Formats: sequence, C-alpha cells, structure tokens
Amino acid sequence: MNFTQRHITVALAAVLGLIAVAYVGVQGNLQLLFGVVVPYLALLLFFEGIIYRVIKWARSPVPFKIPTTAGQVKSLPWIPRTLGDKLDNPESKAWVFGRMALEVLAFRSLFRNTRTELVSDPKFPEKARLVHWSYKWLWLGAIAFHYAFLIIVLRHLRFFFEPTPQPIALLSEIDGFWQFFIPTFYLTDIIIVLALLYLLGRRLANANLRYITLASDYFPLFLILGIVTTGILMRYFFKTDITAVKQLVMGLVSLKPVIPAGISPLFYVHLFLVCVLLAYFPYSKLLHAPGVFFSPTRNMPGNNRWELHVNPWNYPVKFHPYMEYEDQFRDAMYEAGIPVEKEPETAEVEEE
Amino acid sequence: MSLPKPEELARVNYQPPARGWMEVKPDFRPGTYCNAASPKWLEWIDYPYPRAWSVADEDWQLPQNWKEIVLEGMEDRLARFRSLKLFFDICVRCGACADKCHFFLGTGDPKNMPVLRAELLRSVYKRYFTRIGKALGEIVGARDLDEKVIKEWFYYLYQCTICRRCSLFCPYGIDMAEMTLLGREMLASVGLNIDWALASVAQCYDKGSHIGATPQAFKDMIDFLAEENERITGIKTPVSYNRKGAEILFVTPSGDYFADPGTFTLMGYLLLFTYLDLDWTFSTYAAEGGNFGWFVSHEMGKRLNAKIYHEAERLKVKWILGGECGHMWRVCNQYMPTWYGQVPSFLEVPVSPITGTVFENARVHKMVHISEFTADLIRHNKLKLDPQRNAHIKLTFHDSCNTARGMGIFEEPRYIIQHVLPEGHFFEMPPNTIREKTFCCGSSSGINANENMELRMQGGFPRANAVRYVHERYGVNHLGCICALDRATLPTLLQYWVPEVDVTGITELVGNALVFEGEIERTTDLRDRDLVGVGEQEGGEEEE
Repeated sequence: MNFTQRHITVALAAVLGLIAVAYVGVQGNLQLLFGVVVPYLALLLFFEGIIYRVIKWARSPVPFKIPTTAGQVKSLPWIPRTLGDKLDNPESKAWVFGRMALEVLAFRSLFRNTRTELVSDPKFPEKARLVHWSYKWLWLGAIAFHYAFLIIVLRHLRFFFEPTPQPIALLSEIDGFWQFFIPTFYLTDIIIVLALLYLLGRRLANANLRYITLASDYFPLFLILGIVTTGILMRYFFKTDITAVKQLVMGLVSLKPVIPAGISPLFYVHLFLVCVLLAYFPYSKLLHAPGVFFSPTRNMPGNNRWELHVNPWNYPVKFHPYMEYEDQFRDAMYEAGIPVEKEPETAEVEEE
Repeated sequence: MSLPKPEELARVNYQPPARGWMEVKPDFRPGTYCNAASPKWLEWIDYPYPRAWSVADEDWQLPQNWKEIVLEGMEDRLARFRSLKLFFDICVRCGACADKCHFFLGTGDPKNMPVLRAELLRSVYKRYFTRIGKALGEIVGARDLDEKVIKEWFYYLYQCTICRRCSLFCPYGIDMAEMTLLGREMLASVGLNIDWALASVAQCYDKGSHIGATPQAFKDMIDFLAEENERITGIKTPVSYNRKGAEILFVTPSGDYFADPGTFTLMGYLLLFTYLDLDWTFSTYAAEGGNFGWFVSHEMGKRLNAKIYHEAERLKVKWILGGECGHMWRVCNQYMPTWYGQVPSFLEVPVSPITGTVFENARVHKMVHISEFTADLIRHNKLKLDPQRNAHIKLTFHDSCNTARGMGIFEEPRYIIQHVLPEGHFFEMPPNTIREKTFCCGSSSGINANENMELRMQGGFPRANAVRYVHERYGVNHLGCICALDRATLPTLLQYWVPEVDVTGITELVGNALVFEGEIERTTDLRDRDLVGVGEQEGGEEEE
C-alpha cells in the first residue's frame, strides 16, 4: 500500500470503526455509556486539553517582535498609507485588533492566495514561464465550511435551552428560508457537505497536496462528514424522537442525566462522533482555532523602532569589543591615518 | 561543475515521487548544497564541535551524543520561543504556502514546499514531545530522529532563504523563516554549518566585515571609490573613519564597498553626503551592516549586531544612518533594540540636520534608513536633481523580501525613483510578484556561495521570470533594489536568465542625478557609461 492509500485507509477505517462501536454498543443497551458517560468525558477532555495547550503556549515567551509586515510601515508623516497598509502592518494595538478580526472572521491571509503555474510560452527563450494568478477557491471552501459549521452548532443550541432563545430560533428560520422540503430544509446542511467534499477532493486531486496529507488530516474530514451525514439522515430520512433527544440533552445540561426511551441508534452514532471530535480537538491540528489568536506574526504591532520590545530571557553575549580590535590592528590603523584610542608604541619611538 | 542551460532548468517537474516523503532521502547532488564549514571558523567564534567533514561523506562525524543535544536543544527552544511551539501545533497542511516558495517553484522538490520543510522538523517534535505522536507514529506524521533525518534538515534548511513569502499566505501566519532559523541553531549545536555563512560570521566578528577586510583595506577600498567620484564628477567626496564626535555613524553592508555594482551605490552615498555637507563617519570596526550571524543563530546575530551600538557609544555620535540592505534592516527592525535590552540612551532621537525632520518612527531604535532619509530630503526640495542623467535607464524595482515582509518599506524607494528617473522610465513587475508578495533573489541567508549555483539559479527563477516579463514588455534594462545582497546575487541570476538587465541600487541613481555647484560637465554615469545625448551614438539606445 502506498503512502496515500495507507493514510486514507487508516483514517476511513477509524471513522467507520467508531460508527460501528457506537451502533453495536447501543444495540447492546449501552445507552448510558454513549448518552451520558462519553459526552461528559469528551467535554472534559476538550476543555482540559485546550486549557492545557493554551497554557503551554502562553508559558513560552515571545522573545522578538516578528509581525509580517504586509503593507507600508508608518514612517514619515507624508508617506501615504492606505487602509490596507494600516491593517497589514499595524502601528498600534487597535490596528492589530483589526488585523486579527479580519484574519479570524474573514480569513484575510487565505483571501490573498495565489496560484502559480508553469506554462509553456514559445516567446520565452526557455519556452516556459511562471504565471501567478489570484486563487480564491480554497478561501471560499474554507469560509463556507467554517461558517456553515458555526451556524449548525448555533442551531443545535435549541436542544440546550428551554424555551429556545429568540436569536437561535431566528437563525434557524433564516437558514431554513429555502422551504421546498418538509421538514424545513437548512441551507447550511448542503453548504457544509459541498465544502467538505471540496476540501477532501482537493487533497486527493492535487498530487502535491496528496503528498503532504496525513491520516491525521483525512481523519477530521471523514469524522465531520460522518457527523454531518448522520445528522442529515436523522433530520430528513430516518427521523428520531426529537422530544426525547431534547430531554436527554437537557438532562446532561442540568447535570441530572436521564436516558429517555425512543431515541434511535443513529442519534447515538451522531452523538458519539461529535464526542470523538471534541476529545480529538486539543490533540490535533484542529488546535488552529485557538492557535490563530497566538500567532506572533499576526498579533503584534509593527512598531519595533519606536517602542521597545523586551525579551525576558535576554542575556549578555560575548562580542569582540572595540579595544581588542584596536589592539589587533593598532599599528596598521595608525599608519593608515585612522584615529586610534591609544597611540602605538612604535610610533612614539619613530617620532622621537 | 557545469551549470545546466536555462532551458533545461526551466523544465521544472512538479510531480512528487511515488514513495512517501518519510522514505525519500535527499540526493546530495553537487550544485545543490553548500560546503561544510571549515573548522577554523568555528574555532574563531567558539562554536561547538569544529571538525573537518564534507557534506558528500557518508559519515558526518556527529558527536557521540548528538541526538540528546538536538532533542534537548529542541526542548529548550520550545520553552523560549512561543512561535516554534505554536507553529508546530497548528499547521493544518492546507498547502496555501506550497506554490509560494521560490525554491519549490524552481526545483519542483516537494520538500521545498514550506509545509513539508516544516514537517521535517515537526515530525521529530511530534515523536518526542506529543502524546499522540508517541502513540500513533507515522500516521500523525511523527518519526524517529536519526542521522538521515539530520542530513535532511541540513539539506532543506539551507534551501530556505528566510524570505517569509510562505508566511504571508499562511492563514495562521506560520513563519517558516522562524523555524528555519531555530532549525539551523539546532544543526549548529552539533557542529553542522555551511562554510560561506560561517566564514562571513567569523570575519565580521574578528575584523569588521564579512570579506575580512582589515581596517586599512576597508579605508583603501572606500578612498578608491571617492577618487572615482572625483574622476567622474569633479567633486571631492572626502570620507572620515572612526571619527569621534561626528553627528552620524553610517553603517552599510560590505557588499557596497567591495564588489560591483554595490560600489556604485556607495559612490552615490558619498556624493549625497558631500552634497549635504553632512557630519558623518564610517567605522572600520562596525563596518558591516549585513548580519551573517543571524543566518546561523539568534545568539550569533546578537554578537555581531552588538558592535554597532557599542561603536556608536564610543564615537559619541548622535544617531545612526543605515545603508541599503535587506536583512541588515530586518535584523535592525525586528531584533536590534530587543537584543540590546534597553533604549540606547547615549544616542538621540534622529533628526535630519538638513530638513529638521524628527524621525519619530525611530524614536527607540535611533537608526534611520537611507531611503527614508533621502525621500525626506527630496520632499523638502533639498536636492537639485537632473533625472535626464538617468535617461538611459528603464527601471523596475525589486522589493527585497526583508525590507518588505520584515519591515514594510515600500513607498520611500519608489518616491525616490520617481524623482531621479525621467517620467515614464519606471515600470512595476506583475502585482503578485512585488511589494509584500515579492520573490526572493534565491541566494540570501548565507547560501550565496558558488558551489550551489544550480540551486541558486533555480531558486531565483520566479524572480527572474517576472523581470523578464517587464524586460520583454517595456524594454526594462535595470533592476533597482535597496539590498546589498540583491546587488551581489541578482547580477549572477539575471546574467543567467535575463542577460539584458543590470542591477542597480537606488542611491546610485541619486548620485547620477545630483547636480553639484562647480561640478564638471558629466558625460557618463557612475559606471562610466555614456549619458543619453553624449558620445558618438547620440540619443541611441544603451548597449547591454
């Protein structure tokens, strides 16, 4: 089995295995395990893991101020700086906030993405040239996925509150405005599936991306696809008892867990995959979500020359001091007419 | 070794090998790597494990406990650099960086995709420092550290010019340059260094400049350039060295005084300073702006940088003016006051003695970029310029990676260009190849040796390709830049890919255009080339 096959197989087998575990478990009446114990455990791992990781990052200092300066730096007052310059090379914390907001909410750096290709061009002596064009598909796929995911998570909050808060009900209504299907069809459901298939497809279609993709990259894609698929199946095709589900969730939330009857195994599979995602999150690349806020190339102002940045472990180093240097070259310097701190002894003799 | 022809190198194959990247090992083909550092350089600067070894050897004579040294070194750097830890943890391998690296575009080697170059280090981090990596191994990209891995680090970390183009496009700002630097530190900790970089470091440390010029040789070279100025313009441009009490200490990279075309830029500085009657001095001790130490470790960078403030304090100057240089300015901008640890209070906030402009943006740092300084002069109408003297030049401007993505100087040099060139003589390269998206010269960060010429020509292919575009389209015949390393490496690159284009510094153009009182009638530029309208072929196109 080659590299790609091995990594896809492992990831796919892991997700299918997880589905099987939950399904078989529930058939064997382990509802308490999959409905109560695992969710609590997953949440615990999720928060413990994230906090652990964030503290670990925070404990290492940022010794140097190394923001990527992607726009004109603030210099002479008459040098023009566009809004883009101020955001891409922020001079103060307020502009850093703007830069980070754009990164987090609009995926600014990814929006800048280009694609470079080698094209044959008979006009060039070597018959080939590179062309660089703007490439927004990855940005679109990423932003579609993340926003659809966010809306879906928010929609699910209706299971956690009684009564459902107004904003969440409204969100569901907007998401479901496209009513050609009963029950109400959610736009985000189709967007997330398409986005996931795109993100997976690009990894498979491009040879170089295939080359860098590990099982740990396929796994979350398959896992989230599994979660989305079971969710869609439950909502539109194999309906489960929504009231009972809400009862289960409210039980978990109020720390008085109950296992209501009438919940289909499909729901437990869905819930189990969500739990695995939560537990997996802090130990995987999914950490990019909290990590983006800590990135020293993005979250610092580019004001190094007018505000001192202190390195907490700064220490004195050995360098070659001037006097040692002069000792080395004094005679020659004197002869060449370069000022010296101490006149050479030989020179004095000569003068006499 | 023979360099393949451009049409051969341009046929890049972007198809990755069939086997997985952990199984494929680097092919140490001559022309693609730099020679191992000679032990004497390591001894000069007290670097660990000096020994005679060769990259082509099977046995690199690593110290017995090399593995512990590297792993302890990694642990230590994880504790001291949040960047490293974070960049190891959060990469999603989206591949946005992949086709941004000039070395990937030039070689087609998938390990030159920044994501994978980082993975060479990250795989070791995962194996020894994460629970999931210890448990699952290859499936999550973790692998054991062995000699083959160390060799791979050496090969690919010296195929990165720390240009940060990948970092610009990364959705999380992961900076391969930061990882390359720390990776090189770990390599240096077991005595693996490249000769070109270490020789330069040792010479800078001991003498003053990377070429190892003695103080008298330094003075000779610059005095010669002053004489050249007088020959061409009739203007004496006297220079003072190590002069106490001068107002300004001028620091420039050694590339500006020992090799063409950098020397013409230095002649430009001298003309400008003379024109202004500036109270300035050179230092033979702090004679190198380019910080080659930063290419091998943060500590070595600091050891070399320390000389500049040390000398400014000794000479009791008011502030420091810095010449046209890329990584010198990246280092000065991102590290210098931090390394120093406090505001250098023996200096004053820089004020232009000519215009009275206070350089507020250098309040702490006390160092001004020559482009800022010159742009300010032009803005205040302090220079009499005759752009027609540059009429033989059709220029495009190369934003050096370091001043672009490590500082953000874009407008000042362009402002100067607009005033020293006749209208319509300046052309930008395509937008995706300039400013913050600029392409590297392909030879920076200590790898502009001669033994790795094939790699350099490959790495510079994207840059040359964009230059060729404006050459074909607009007849551009000069590439301007504000980096001495560019002036050292781009002529070689362009000679290979676009031989019709020359490289020039921006202050050289200023020197050409400056009109002095009492100057002799100029018939040539600083390079002894006839001005347009002079000589036998009147108004004719310039040769070259």
